[in-house]
Amino acid sequence: MTRQKSHVVDERTRANSSFLIPNSSFLLRATALSVSAILGTVIAFIVISGVDALIKGRGLSLFGAVWNSNAGHFGILTMIQASILLAISSLCVGWCLSLGCCCVMNGLAPSFVANFLNLILTLMTAIPTVVYGFAAVFLLVPIVREALGGTGFCWLTASMILALQGVPTMTFIMDGAVRTITAETELTASALGMTRAQHLSRIVLPIARKSLISAAILGLGRAVGDALIPTMLAGNAIRFVKTPLDSMRTLTAHISLVLSSDIGGGEHLSLLLAGALLLTFCAVVSLISRRMMRRSN
Amino acid sequence: MRFRELVLSCLSWLACLTVTLGVGSLIAFLVVRGYSAIDARLFFGTTPAWDAILAIKPVWNGIWPAMAGTLSLLALTMLFVIVPGVSSGVYLACFASHREREYIGECVDVLAGIPSIVMGLFGLELIIVLRRTLFPTGTTCLLLAAFCLAILVLPTLITATRSSIEALPHHLTVTANALGMSKTQTVRHLLIPAAGSGILGGVILSMGRAMEDTAVIMLTGAVANAGLPAGLGAKFEALPFKIYYTAAQYTSQDELTRGFGTALLLLIMSWTVILTAKIFQKRMARRWQGGM
Repeated sequence: MTRQKSHVVDERTRANSSFLIPNSSFLLRATALSVSAILGTVIAFIVISGVDALIKGRGLSLFGAVWNSNAGHFGILTMIQASILLAISSLCVGWCLSLGCCCVMNGLAPSFVANFLNLILTLMTAIPTVVYGFAAVFLLVPIVREALGGTGFCWLTASMILALQGVPTMTFIMDGAVRTITAETELTASALGMTRAQHLSRIVLPIARKSLISAAILGLGRAVGDALIPTMLAGNAIRFVKTPLDSMRTLTAHISLVLSSDIGGGEHLSLLLAGALLLTFCAVVSLISRRMMRRSN
Repeated sequence: MRFRELVLSCLSWLACLTVTLGVGSLIAFLVVRGYSAIDARLFFGTTPAWDAILAIKPVWNGIWPAMAGTLSLLALTMLFVIVPGVSSGVYLACFASHREREYIGECVDVLAGIPSIVMGLFGLELIIVLRRTLFPTGTTCLLLAAFCLAILVLPTLITATRSSIEALPHHLTVTANALGMSKTQTVRHLLIPAAGSGILGGVILSMGRAMEDTAVIMLTGAVANAGLPAGLGAKFEALPFKIYYTAAQYTSQDELTRGFGTALLLLIMSWTVILTAKIFQKRMARRWQGGM
């Protein structure tokens, strides 16, 4: 009833103000539309450079598996593989951790634990990526080196830290949906004699499925796009990865490492192609997760 | 039947423990190693403090140049981003038609999803194109880095502004209408002041995001040794880049300890800024919660 009424008022305000908009908010509108212009410029710039790189680099086998700058091979296939592997492995771990944290914050644990975890996660959102990387280089890398051998700069180390770094974002997205649904179904569930764990696992999480998936998709975009953690922790060797202890170079790490001065050379072209791939992937990911979020609301 | 609940409970407790212990140990490690390094020597090295601050003498073994670089970068970024960010947010919340809201909202989301390293690459390409056409002497510099950072944090600011205005109770608009205020008057004299604290929170939040980002600046002009920032067109030092550089290229134990100090300092700065932002946003939410 009230909702209907406010809707009516809303329509009226809009009708009332519609003839005022053109002159009074013209500047605001221009700035708002310029956001899409900025986005368009960035995308056009990166994508056009990427396509241009593909055309110019026909002889350099940019999509190939071989990287040998002396022989003129600048293949980024190994980096694509590394990016995909790192993102998926860290997402699997990170998503499970986030789901657990989200349940802890929604009644599976005593409230002081929930509040404590909430505080920890809030603090985690404010830890700069470079600080994660720095601490891990001197704490986690030696541990991995001692325990499992190798140099310690490997897929395993990077995916552990990347998983940890992605937890707060995903948890807060899940928490938003789970909290609403829990509040709505709480009375019914307790009337049926369900425990909190039953309530969460049988009712809330199935209903919140869409949000859980869109948190995963958003997390995937973040994991693919992160540059600092792979650069600092994954070792950056250009080769196909076979075991978790192998050193790897992701697309993002490739961009941050190659500061070649030869503009238009093979290395530079491979950067542009890597950038275009990353941008396309992340844009698609944002669009998909936006659609899903909207539908779940 | 019971299996599912058991798995969920185990997963939850395990996740809670893993995250707490993981982050706790990383932070504790940083504090233990970096705590003793934070003093005047970390900032100014062997140069007297006032000489360093007034730029009379250069600082060799301290992070004062990086600190000054980060501060000037932040100031410049905010200069670029505040007006477009806040006004786009206001427009989206108050004036936009349904279609515009959808379209611009989509653009903001996609922009927010662009990885920061790609934004850095954009800056690099931009300056290469500018060198070929308008500015043959142009190079990666403070101005370029601030520009790219501004694009990077623009979506944060727009979203924060928009959601703090949309969180205001509807009766404010209704009352204003009943009093015969025009839409512009309502927005200017009522909605923006009422959401002021939330908007300020958004500005501070985007400052925090700009402060911690490393990937953009390392492609657009941050270097390890530049001294104090010499101007808009000059290379500069920055705290996050200093930390990144130290992790890879440290040569002495002393330098490493300084790296730990710097990392801890950046962490504390980032926490301060982002928690302040959260407090401002919370304060606004509390003020309008009961709907007066």
